[in-house]
Amino acid sequence: MELFTPDFGLIFWMFVAFGILFIVLWRFAWPMILKSVDSRAELIDKGVEYAQAAKAQLDNARQEAEDYLNDARRQQADILREADKMKTQIIEEARSAAQVEAQKVMESAKLQIQQQQKEAQQQFRNQVSEFAIQIAGKIVHNQMKDDEAQNKLVDSLLDDIESKN
Amino acid sequence: MVKALCFVIIASVAMPAMAAADEDADTEKAINPKEIIFEHLLDGYGWEVPFNHHKRIPLPVIVWAGDGLHCFSSARLEHGASYDDNGHTFVIAGAGSKYKGKVVEIVNGQEVCPIDISITKNVCALFITIFLVGGLMIWLARYLKHHPNKAPRKGLGAIEACVTFVYDGVVKPILGKSASKFAPYLMTVFFFILTMNLLGLVVIFPGGANLTGNIAVTLVLSICTFVATNLFAKKHYWKEIFWPDVPIWLKCPIPIMQVIEVFGMFTKPAALTVRLFANMMGGHMIVITLTLLIFIFSAISPVAGGGATVISLIFSIFMLLIDVLVSFIQAYVFTMLSTIFIGIAQEHHDEEQHESVGKKIEDALV
Repeated sequence: MELFTPDFGLIFWMFVAFGILFIVLWRFAWPMILKSVDSRAELIDKGVEYAQAAKAQLDNARQEAEDYLNDARRQQADILREADKMKTQIIEEARSAAQVEAQKVMESAKLQIQQQQKEAQQQFRNQVSEFAIQIAGKIVHNQMKDDEAQNKLVDSLLDDIESKN
Repeated sequence: MVKALCFVIIASVAMPAMAAADEDADTEKAINPKEIIFEHLLDGYGWEVPFNHHKRIPLPVIVWAGDGLHCFSSARLEHGASYDDNGHTFVIAGAGSKYKGKVVEIVNGQEVCPIDISITKNVCALFITIFLVGGLMIWLARYLKHHPNKAPRKGLGAIEACVTFVYDGVVKPILGKSASKFAPYLMTVFFFILTMNLLGLVVIFPGGANLTGNIAVTLVLSICTFVATNLFAKKHYWKEIFWPDVPIWLKCPIPIMQVIEVFGMFTKPAALTVRLFANMMGGHMIVITLTLLIFIFSAISPVAGGGATVISLIFSIFMLLIDVLVSFIQAYVFTMLSTIFIGIAQEHHDEEQHESVGKKIEDALV
């Protein structure tokens, strides 16, 4: 059947035409097209990669900034707490120092008072003993006017010495 | 297809007129479906025009008749006229001749077939396809060259999508490292077949030739694949053919396996040829047959003709839509099988790849 018998003419032209098309496209089209498509795909891949990296970096930066802020806040709180503690400590210290000082002052005052008391007592005692001696001297002088009395005293004293021995 | 759709148009417009003007036209218009179908499926020396059965766009006839090239317009041979060119008489052989439909030289009353390289309808369609494919691809290449890293939009974008579809979907996965070596051929084949298929579905002048449904065209394409396969084949491919891994008695005294393998070398391109040819021809044949049903039924009764018109139209449109899909699928399958045949002759595949290639072949055959 003529349907299944290839025509020579068509085969000839087919070879010529297809050959020309193949050579033309091979020289001028396919390498160009495939190369540009490839390079574009590469560019897009790179772009996506870059964008992802940038996004990650941005996220990181945000996180970092937040971390810094939190850190600063924590530090601030710490400092405030520290200051508070210091304040009370200082006050406490001042109070105790004042107390100690007051104690000291009181004690020294007490000591002085005691000293003065002692001195006063001593003076008083000296005066009293002086008066006593003077009085005793006067009494003795009055009583020992006669010889008899003097003898009696000597005797009694001698008796005492004897009894003691 | 041209005729088919012309018939449809004419039929739907002139159906009542035809039914009315029956008697006197009957003898002349008695249709011969077989003739019409074959006239459409086969090549011709002129190109049909819509709405006119007698006029053809004339195309150059080029024949080598022993002593030189004879070149003249096919208009001179229309309607069985003979043409005398420098003492050689040419005529288109009639229905009774064994060269039916071809240009023959009349020598002493005998029909002698000269070497015929006429620009027939198919050759002309071939040239149109070549210009179309070449133009589009060079256009795309230029665009990409002048707009580096910019994706083309609209039409060019669609073409580029097809290019990447074939390259990334078929050529690269199957051929791997040698993809860039064979890509130009395989891509050319794909777009060439696709364009021919789609042009065949267009009903008026630049289209309508049953080009991929012509065995000469598919034969040349599969010969190219055959050459590409065997010319660039690696050592293991020839070893598989002449010393395959089978028990010795299968290949040594009587070369059974070798014969089978060598036979297989030729059946692969043969299968390529016949698949594309049969698919496209079948599509064209179904559409034109469906269209002719209108005239067959109209000959019986106008009412039956009217009914057949509607049904045929619906079916024809459906078939044409299927053919658009088939055009794409057949171009894809031809390219994929060519790629697989070339790929088998390239790098030695490991088992897994063998399986995947085998699976792909099976899928394609189904």
